[in-house]
Amino acid sequence: MWTVLGVQVGGAYWPLLGVAVVVAGFLLRFNPLLVVTAAALLTGVLGGLDLLAVIDAFGRAFNDSRYVSVTWLVLPAIGLLERYGLQERARTLIGRVAAATAGRLLLVYLLLRQATAAIGLHSTMGHAQTVRPLVAPMAEGAAESRLGVLPERARERVKAMTAATDNVGLFFGEDVFIAIASILLIRGFLEQNGILVEPLELSLWAIPTAILAFLVHGGRLLLLDRRLQRDVAEAEAAA
Amino acid sequence: MITLQHVYVLAGLVFAAYAGLSLADRENPRRLRNAAFWGLFAVSFLAGDLLGDRGNGFLVLAMVGIAAVGLGRGRGVVTTPEERRALAAKWGERLFLPALAIPAVTLLGALVLKNLTVGGAPLLQTAQATLISLALGVVVAIAVAMLMFRPPPIAPLQEGRRLMDTVGWAAVLPQMLASLGAVFALAGVGEVIGGMASSVIPGDSRFLAVVAYCGGMALFTVIMGNGFAAFPVMTAGVGLPLIVNRFGGDPAIMGAIGMLSGFCGTLMTPMAANFNIVPAALLELKDRNGVIRAQIPTALPLLAGNIALMYLLVFRF
Repeated sequence: MWTVLGVQVGGAYWPLLGVAVVVAGFLLRFNPLLVVTAAALLTGVLGGLDLLAVIDAFGRAFNDSRYVSVTWLVLPAIGLLERYGLQERARTLIGRVAAATAGRLLLVYLLLRQATAAIGLHSTMGHAQTVRPLVAPMAEGAAESRLGVLPERARERVKAMTAATDNVGLFFGEDVFIAIASILLIRGFLEQNGILVEPLELSLWAIPTAILAFLVHGGRLLLLDRRLQRDVAEAEAAA
Repeated sequence: MITLQHVYVLAGLVFAAYAGLSLADRENPRRLRNAAFWGLFAVSFLAGDLLGDRGNGFLVLAMVGIAAVGLGRGRGVVTTPEERRALAAKWGERLFLPALAIPAVTLLGALVLKNLTVGGAPLLQTAQATLISLALGVVVAIAVAMLMFRPPPIAPLQEGRRLMDTVGWAAVLPQMLASLGAVFALAGVGEVIGGMASSVIPGDSRFLAVVAYCGGMALFTVIMGNGFAAFPVMTAGVGLPLIVNRFGGDPAIMGAIGMLSGFCGTLMTPMAANFNIVPAALLELKDRNGVIRAQIPTALPLLAGNIALMYLLVFRF
């Protein structure tokens, strides 16, 4: 362990350099795969493993995490439907609902996503399954039927907000379900430390935050329509 | 019994097809790289368990190397926007049928198929029932779509390859980050950060203890990309010694709201790639961090709300 400018470095703190590599790499916008790999190798080596052992550990973890990438199986189905006009149809369908705006539609989706996640059906919706083929084109269609062709800024805003709504609904709905992984993790960890809690208690105490998340994000969604109007006005003023 | 292994074989075959289609795609100037990248991913799914740890390690390094020099994008959509509008008018609401088959079959799998047994063995590998049901949903959706549209048999793979190219290397990022988490755990990164956190907190304020715990959960989740990695570290470092043992807070309330504070961090980090980076690629956003930007104004007030909720509730029950 050395002292640099009066600060102790090294020893137990060495592996944190890997974290620093990740932060710097993402900020400098290097290819994230490269950043992650560099961070993993560096962290392992600084943590006292030799390079080949780190490669082994990384390879094993990659093989054990393959389930994470199974979602990509959805793409052939979605792509095939897109070829026959699914996105276009989703747009026209929502355009016919007079009361529909992008904000209100996403509010309904938020509620639906939270409610289904809360009863354990978190895999029924998602970015590949529902957001890209259905909800994002519907939200764009709803905005277009009110505001005409959207400027790029507004289009990007609607799409980003659709993905955000899916995430918020999932994260702050799923913990209300008693058998979700995070609840089991909390329970297991507390149990290891000699504290017994019931999964039901944990999921009940997730409800106040679930309501708050709906209010905060739902409030933002209701403001979205006005924000889009402003985007359109600004684009027209600039043109 | 249908197991996750069957799903891996299916995924491996699909990725192998993407590799083949990429190789044959003369419109993609980088077709060799794309073919090699998806080909290696196919090998991982088909034969990952036979490669050994080191084999898998070098496979990952090779994929990263190819992605770092840059993948290309193959042939685009087969139908023009006009054709798609015409097709949309022709097929009408029937287009939603296969699309909704995916969530419907996933639902059916999670509720019904999960409990079925065939010859004494469960039909689906229980621990993985949702992922297996999702794969079944996709197969059903494609079958229905093929019967409806009667496209060339190669069409689903062609279209899948097209979408996969729009996602590109980001498709592997979530799996890579999960692997990084494993290396971090091995090197003891969590303990170091937990030790740092517990050494900077003044021990006499209930409010500051709650702020440090919830804020630490969010911050550590931003770094690790996942609340699951942050929870044991922050709870052992701050939650249990201060909130529960010293101030007598309720552990269930602490755990539940603590984890949800971590989820506020998940909304703000590119490290949570499957939630934040992958959808940006899937929706073809210009800004890779566009989804995160859209989420920060929800995440920060919600984190403040979690701190307030925990402070109001945890010492009361």
